[in-house]
Amino acid sequence: MAGRALGMGGGMEPALMGDGRAAGSNGSHEPAFALHVEDLTATYSGDAVLWDVDLNVPPGVLAAIVGPNGAGKSTLLKCVIGAMRPAAGHVYVFGHPYRRQRHRVAYVPQRTSVDWDFPTTALDVVTMGLYGRLGWFRAPRRGESDEALQALALVGMDAYAERQISQLSGGQQQRVFLARALVQDADLYLMDEPFAGVDATTERAIVDLLKDLRARGKTVVAVHHDLQTVATYFDWLALLNVRLIAQGPVTEVYTPEHLRAAYGPRVVLLGVGGHAPES
Amino acid sequence: MEILALFGDFTVRTVAIGAALVGAVAGVLGSFALLRQQSLLGDTLSHAALPGICLGFLIAGSRRLEPILAGALVTGAAAALLVLLLTRTTRIKSDAALGVSLSLFFAFGTVLLTYVQRHAGAAQAGLDAFLFGQAAALVPRDLVVLAVVGGGSLLVVALGWKELKITTFDADFARSLGRPVVLIEFLLTVLIALAVVIGLQLVGVILMVALVIAPAAAARQWARRLEGMVVLAAVFGATSGVVGALVSASIRGLSTGPVIVLVASAIVVASLLLAPERGALWQLAHAFAQRRSLRAHRVLVDLYRLAQDHDDLDYASEQGMLDTYFGRRTGHVLRRLERRGLVSRAHHMPEEGTHWVLTVDGRQQARELIRPFGERDTTLDGATQ
Amino acid sequence: MTGLQGWLDQPGVTIVLVGALVGVAASLLGAFLVLRRESMLSDAISHSVLIGIVLAYLITGALDTPLHVVGAALAGLLTVWLTDVLVRSRRVKSDAAIGLVFPALFAVAVLLINVYARDVHLDTDAVLLGEIGFAWLDVVRVGPLEVARSLVTMLVITLVNLAFVVFLYKELKLATFDGMLATALGFRPGLVGYALLALVSVTAVGAFDAVGAILFVAFVIVPPTAAYLVTDRLWRMLVLGCVVAVGSSIGGYALAVAYDVSIGGAMASATGAFLLLALIVGKHGIVARALRRRAPRPPPVVHVPEAGGAP
Repeated sequence: MAGRALGMGGGMEPALMGDGRAAGSNGSHEPAFALHVEDLTATYSGDAVLWDVDLNVPPGVLAAIVGPNGAGKSTLLKCVIGAMRPAAGHVYVFGHPYRRQRHRVAYVPQRTSVDWDFPTTALDVVTMGLYGRLGWFRAPRRGESDEALQALALVGMDAYAERQISQLSGGQQQRVFLARALVQDADLYLMDEPFAGVDATTERAIVDLLKDLRARGKTVVAVHHDLQTVATYFDWLALLNVRLIAQGPVTEVYTPEHLRAAYGPRVVLLGVGGHAPES
Repeated sequence: MEILALFGDFTVRTVAIGAALVGAVAGVLGSFALLRQQSLLGDTLSHAALPGICLGFLIAGSRRLEPILAGALVTGAAAALLVLLLTRTTRIKSDAALGVSLSLFFAFGTVLLTYVQRHAGAAQAGLDAFLFGQAAALVPRDLVVLAVVGGGSLLVVALGWKELKITTFDADFARSLGRPVVLIEFLLTVLIALAVVIGLQLVGVILMVALVIAPAAAARQWARRLEGMVVLAAVFGATSGVVGALVSASIRGLSTGPVIVLVASAIVVASLLLAPERGALWQLAHAFAQRRSLRAHRVLVDLYRLAQDHDDLDYASEQGMLDTYFGRRTGHVLRRLERRGLVSRAHHMPEEGTHWVLTVDGRQQARELIRPFGERDTTLDGATQ
Repeated sequence: MTGLQGWLDQPGVTIVLVGALVGVAASLLGAFLVLRRESMLSDAISHSVLIGIVLAYLITGALDTPLHVVGAALAGLLTVWLTDVLVRSRRVKSDAAIGLVFPALFAVAVLLINVYARDVHLDTDAVLLGEIGFAWLDVVRVGPLEVARSLVTMLVITLVNLAFVVFLYKELKLATFDGMLATALGFRPGLVGYALLALVSVTAVGAFDAVGAILFVAFVIVPPTAAYLVTDRLWRMLVLGCVVAVGSSIGGYALAVAYDVSIGGAMASATGAFLLLALIVGKHGIVARALRRRAPRPPPVVHVPEAGGAP
């Protein structure tokens, strides 16, 4: 808090002055947080959907953002990528505003947010991930297609490259979206409900993929809605219900009190208590 | 006064009565179209009336209103069916289906119109008046036709009120009750087509859509229930008709249709601004109050946290520090909180700025605010959705 | 050169060429409107550009100035912006917003004509229905050739639209398919959308002389929709849309001459014939769909219902 005040007063970039740099003790210039959200408040016509949220996701973790419907989970991601202007607060990706870090971020929207009747192929959708690198006006060429094909192979979808996207199953569509994120070769992956409506095979494939990303030192922040799987799929957790309820390693945060705080007293908790020592 | 005197004029009175009728019927049925998110179906229906107008004329061989309206109704319904066919059996989305139907029927209508103009000689005089409407051509005999058709459709609405209401609100629910939803939806489409058709002579095919949407959209801002909305839409529609007819009669050269449409649009703008709860001015005030209390809450909570950080519940924060901390002046927020008895001024050295302390009430409220949301979910249900 | 001039001097050639150019210019943009589910904005824009034209006329006193293009483009953008404002206020749904904005603007334009421009050649019927039959009467000199003015105008507009679609193909595709990713990658999908709609407005003005406002809508929506039923590739959809537009222009002209009816109307009606064809032969048409229903389905992918979820 004091650091933040200092940052404001000095008129410098707050994240460099503030907790971002201060906690970076490993000697590198990399800030301590892959995603650092500060005092974020977002409103829809005057009503708060996010209230004063501070989020600090360290690099190299698989982070889940969990909370009930309408808790502002997707809104949080929208604010991060600049698709929604927050009423107050700041977002920093590896210590800088998102605009300057676009090339280091891959975003996977909810599968239902696009029109799968769109006349295009799986390969073409994956190629869209490279548009950011191409910049305005330049068209993708052979090299980009090859990269996209490799990314499709990583999710086991290379055989479907030329399929029209509406002919894919829900799980296959989600894999195409993941391949599109992979091809961006980002450091931070933002995913909105990657497990929503996919089959069991795809779910396992996505989990393996996430673990592989972590092994390569990447950071994943995913909006997740399934309380049963959150502790096994992710290692870092933020509980959100308009406000941030708790954040930290999943073993510390995934406790009955925190979950009740997020979901209300009537939440049914199956086998939660055994996971973590009460803090 | 001059406008009232106009009402004594026979032609003007005929037009005004006709316009009131047309506006009221369009308002009632437009309400259903609006709530079913089929507003632009009115646009397609009215454009698609053009070939029907020509066909009605060709078949009857005269400019009598009945066959022309019948023709317009038939092609309008055909256009609506085409929309249904395209959206239900192909991947074409509803906006494209509406556009396809509108433009193809209208195109065919212009083809027929030129055919009629070139082959039917003088008898067709003024058929193109239906494009923009021609109020002056309205004769008392036409009023009877309008009254019968319009009154008939209103009667159907009254008789089938319950069914129309649940189908509009929740078609799946209506289906679960065993109501013939497809039939009701078809009936509703035909009724909307009727409302459009009787307005063609006055307002024309191009602008008729406005009379379907505008009164209903205006009424939607004021009403909480369908009943109120429909009645209000009828009043707004009739008012637009009468005022439009009188204004256009009092200024030489003004077409009636566009004036009616502008009056209806003005009612919409006024409703959007003024209506309680939904109106823009009300919303603006609401959003302002929200933002103000949000800011006040943040100041309160942060004062509390600062006090906690210093392990001193009576910790006094300097206003200058708070200003820098929030990046904006907080004095007015603090003074407002002071009036509500949540903070008070602490007296420090005279050369220093004002310092603020939380009162007992203020501490209580701050604790309320930072208490986890789950424990007070009842109060927040509205805000979180 | 004289051969080309002789060819251009035939009214039929000029009329078909103008119709084809209107069709190509409109359907190139229309493909994206259809995919963005904003088809009806073309209807709204085609009506409300009239106010831009009228105001430009009242300012300049002439009917054919660059200001008309500017005025029309601004009127088109005003329509889109007002619709946006209404939708974002969340007081009316988007379809109603469109239906509220364009009739109001159109009504104002008609009344302005009523009051200030009664005697001029700013005939509302002509605006709506077009006068492509007279396109060859008004000629300008281009180098050694005498070319119909509307042919030159539409050629320029078509080339601009073609350049827009070719150079911004990737941006248009991304903004249409996935606006969120476009935002995340910094492509300003909102800006791309407004540019698209501005070009729709300009094209609408150019098309007024030729086919009129509402027939322009047919060329914006119907050819891409027909193509959408036939192909699964965006670029093929664009190309096929242009083919349909050109075919409709030729076929429509032949029909109009044969039956002595409105040429613009016949051209627009002809697009409907292509749509019918697509419904019958297209792989997403009605026939193909009915056949697919009978054919044995491929082995289903096993879907596991969404696990657990929040209470």
